[in-house]
Amino acid sequence: MNDAVVAAVASAHRRDWAQVLATTAQLTRDLDLAEECTQDAFAQALLVWADSGVPDRPGAWLTQVARNRARDVLRREAAFRRTLPLLVSDETVPGPEDLIADDRLRLIFTCCHPGLGREARVALTLRLVCGLSTAEVARAFLVPESTMAARITRAKRKIATARIPYRVPSADQLGERVGAVLQVVHLIFTTGHTAPAGPELLRRDLSGCAVRLARLLHLLMPNDTEVSALLALLLLNEARAESRLGPDGRLRLLSEQDRSRWDAALIAEGTALLAGALRRRPPSRYAIEAAIAAVHAEAPSWAETDWGEIVALYTVLRRMWPGSPVVTLNRAAAIGMRDGPQAGLDALEPLLREPALATYAYLSATRADFLRRLGRWAAAVTAYEEALALTGNEVERAFLAERLDEVRGHLTG
Amino acid sequence: MAKYMLLIYGDAARWDAMTPAERNAHDAAHQAFSEAAGARVLGGEELESAPTATTVRGDGAGELITTDGPFLDTKEALGGFYLIEAADLDEVTRLAALLPEVRAEHSAVEIRPVVFHG
Repeated sequence: MNDAVVAAVASAHRRDWAQVLATTAQLTRDLDLAEECTQDAFAQALLVWADSGVPDRPGAWLTQVARNRARDVLRREAAFRRTLPLLVSDETVPGPEDLIADDRLRLIFTCCHPGLGREARVALTLRLVCGLSTAEVARAFLVPESTMAARITRAKRKIATARIPYRVPSADQLGERVGAVLQVVHLIFTTGHTAPAGPELLRRDLSGCAVRLARLLHLLMPNDTEVSALLALLLLNEARAESRLGPDGRLRLLSEQDRSRWDAALIAEGTALLAGALRRRPPSRYAIEAAIAAVHAEAPSWAETDWGEIVALYTVLRRMWPGSPVVTLNRAAAIGMRDGPQAGLDALEPLLREPALATYAYLSATRADFLRRLGRWAAAVTAYEEALALTGNEVERAFLAERLDEVRGHLTG
Repeated sequence: MAKYMLLIYGDAARWDAMTPAERNAHDAAHQAFSEAAGARVLGGEELESAPTATTVRGDGAGELITTDGPFLDTKEALGGFYLIEAADLDEVTRLAALLPEVRAEHSAVEIRPVVFHG
């Protein structure tokens, strides 16, 4: 099989999977069958394109094949299928007018319906919208494949049985529903940004999927500022992805990264989106987080970062989101940069009694770094040991182990 | 169209403690719900409190055992129900959101699809 065909199918998979599945689901009114036919169309493409060449419009070709297959199955299994619950997809409730009635949007809103649990929403979105295999989704969330398969099946069953509609929600429900979608996209991105465990620091398949989803949502809902803000946040973080690992495969902290390797085009795009989102008040949580990322992106160096601005933005974020100890932790880290390690340590103090952070490795790691910079070697050793015990990602573990060795050296020397 | 059961759960002590004015507002909200839902309401009742319940079960050997109290003895009790006909979960959720029990922090409305037997 030639490489060009494999590459063409892979590229169509990234670009067209959601469209093919979403359009096929409109015909089958059954997500399982739509998924099967979509998978089948991509398998066909590998064979047929090798023989007769890649078609001019691969997406249209794939949709055609998937829908033909669906029609065959529907005809053959007509009697059996009459007893199955069908997706509710009538269009009697018109969507909000500034929204394009796009099949992919229907699919996204259905997968991210608040009637489904958060884990189920993430799993369904990755499987049905992004086209990841069940095994890949399972690997991202550290569960056995059979567990993930059961989770996806249960979610699809609830969609059919409780009649979660295959539809873009109406204007009165849109705000809440967009929020639920953005939460899923953000969670997929953060999971890809630093994998919770395993040998790789990043899972580019996951962060790439989140960026594509955010781009699609922005394309279809250009006037939603929360969507623009989330896309800005993802792009500003994605711009730094390449430089988070050194050529030696080791972790590079923000302070150590080669800023010339940051993606200037993504930064410019993210900053422009953010400026648009900030023009409308009040800014969303994602807009503030994107603003923090933008301050980093625009700083010529670590030392010249505007830490005062970063602390101020975290203060705004904490006011919007008072329950989040992680925001308080990040603010404390920024205070440590603005006012020195002792001030940072003092700001971390109240968090040490926070049960939600009891097993949060970044709290121990942040504390360890301040103690190291203060030369409090014994306490730093304990904090690094703690962080190491709580970290599952191997690249992060290697970094922490190196720092631990360094402070231990001071202790004995 | 499909049928859904709306099960209204809450803390009975808090319901009993409503002032007459609160009770009136509560009843008015149920009235508003019934008007909004119209013919989609197939039935619905407020239930007497859980301590008035009687539970009947078998002892496994063919004998009946009758006990005082509800099947599930919890602080939050089933206080009432509606049987609704709706196109989909979004429609029934929009209707359920009109019920006053959704607003009070001690109570909530559970939406259960009814099995379709053809």
